[in-house]
Amino acid sequence: MTEFFQSLGMSYEWAWALATIAGILLIALPLMLAVAMIIYVDRKVWAAINLRRGPNVVGPFGLLQSFADGLKVFLQETIIPSASNKGIFLLAPIVTFTVALAAWAVIPFSAEAVLANINVGLLYILAISSLSVYGVIMAGWASNSKYPFFSAMRASAQMISYEVSIGFILVCVVLYAGTFNLNEIVLSQKGHGFGIVNAYGFNLLLFPMWVMFFISSLAETQRVPFDLTEAESELVAGYQTEYSSMAFALFWLGEYANILLMCMLNAILFWGGWLPPVDWEPLYAVPGIVWILLKTFIFFFFFSWVMATVPRYRYDQLMRLGWKVFLPLSLVFVVLISGYLMATGHYGAAA
Amino acid sequence: MSVAHLIKSFTLWEFVKAHALTLKYFFKPKVTINYPFEKNPLSPRFRGEHALRRYPNGEERCIACKLCEAVCPAQAITIESEPREDGSRRTTRYDIDMTKCIFCGFCQEACPVDAVVEGPNFEYATETREELLYDKAKLLANGDKWERAIAANLEADAPYR
Repeated sequence: MTEFFQSLGMSYEWAWALATIAGILLIALPLMLAVAMIIYVDRKVWAAINLRRGPNVVGPFGLLQSFADGLKVFLQETIIPSASNKGIFLLAPIVTFTVALAAWAVIPFSAEAVLANINVGLLYILAISSLSVYGVIMAGWASNSKYPFFSAMRASAQMISYEVSIGFILVCVVLYAGTFNLNEIVLSQKGHGFGIVNAYGFNLLLFPMWVMFFISSLAETQRVPFDLTEAESELVAGYQTEYSSMAFALFWLGEYANILLMCMLNAILFWGGWLPPVDWEPLYAVPGIVWILLKTFIFFFFFSWVMATVPRYRYDQLMRLGWKVFLPLSLVFVVLISGYLMATGHYGAAA
Repeated sequence: MSVAHLIKSFTLWEFVKAHALTLKYFFKPKVTINYPFEKNPLSPRFRGEHALRRYPNGEERCIACKLCEAVCPAQAITIESEPREDGSRRTTRYDIDMTKCIFCGFCQEACPVDAVVEGPNFEYATETREELLYDKAKLLANGDKWERAIAANLEADAPYR
């Protein structure tokens, strides 16, 4: 895109800045739209599993429901509790939202469509998703209210715990791919499974890793069965209890943007990203962005499906699962996979 | 821990089974009725919005006996009466405070002339509280509007009264 702006007679610096801003908008605006639609999908899936109809009044099939909700929230008053720490109280949703958007910079939507094709994309994602704890803990602390505070404690402990095992799971993928660059990770999955399937998921050593990654991503985004942060029966609504209006909406948007990000990471790391599912020439005619969005949507359906199926974990069970099951298991698999790769001698397929 | 149990817990067998079940429900027909467009059947005894009825010749049924006012447990009914020019006793005021009413149906039970009834209408939500303080004109208008449904319901329920 930089070349296009340069061809309009701009200097390289201006062209680069404009191209980057255009790229950011090209990702952020459709993302917001996607979040609005995905909330609708979420509600429809839960409704269908509960034998209900779900939103079906606003717009055709209720498609505009999220926009109506957004408008309602936008028109409401932002209430700042008098006992709160105002600066941090208002900063928290901004941090959550910004961080949720920032992670999308390195996501490859297709071979070319990636804003920042950096060589440590995976590390960047890990770093950013760790940062998202700050928004939560700031919100809980600045609210100066006990339930949001409990919730923030829970959320931060939970996110940090599961990041540990996520880290080890990612190490397994990186060992196979031999790179931290997300685009190269996708490319290294080409024909990986039985020579025809474009996915790590069919690898017997990596499939359990994917299952663990999927469950950890549920915990990381605080979805059911790990939504202890908003356990309504105990904590009212979690760390965003004291928030109203757009501040609340920013949390909401950030949460769903994170969920979409995790769905997309599932697709990129284990199921071939923007590659078609099968390594068959005619399928490459379909643009990569179609494949990755399709896979992301399937994973999002899994997320909603899980939400409609399982009950909430108890907090000690959650911690037990994270530290006593996932951490040792992922460690064992790191050893197994690196041993296997050493023995067969084809580690770093893309390198 | 038996081997079977171990295999089951490591393959997340119960989760897989639960998700298969919920997926089956995902494709089942919905049980919710499409409310504003579809409605549930109502019993003839349904106790909805109140109405004051008239005789077929247009004469209002209510004779201001005040039995409904007396029996009303929520004291939602207020009646004032005076003899009319022709000497018959009629209400000059018949108010029902719908915000007080508990829809017990005692008023229609007490009425000797089937004047005050609870009709089949339940969709009378209003935007202000004042609109729910019904006066005689409103109740008579209700009666005129719902007379056919009310008469049909009374007839359907008559064998059981």
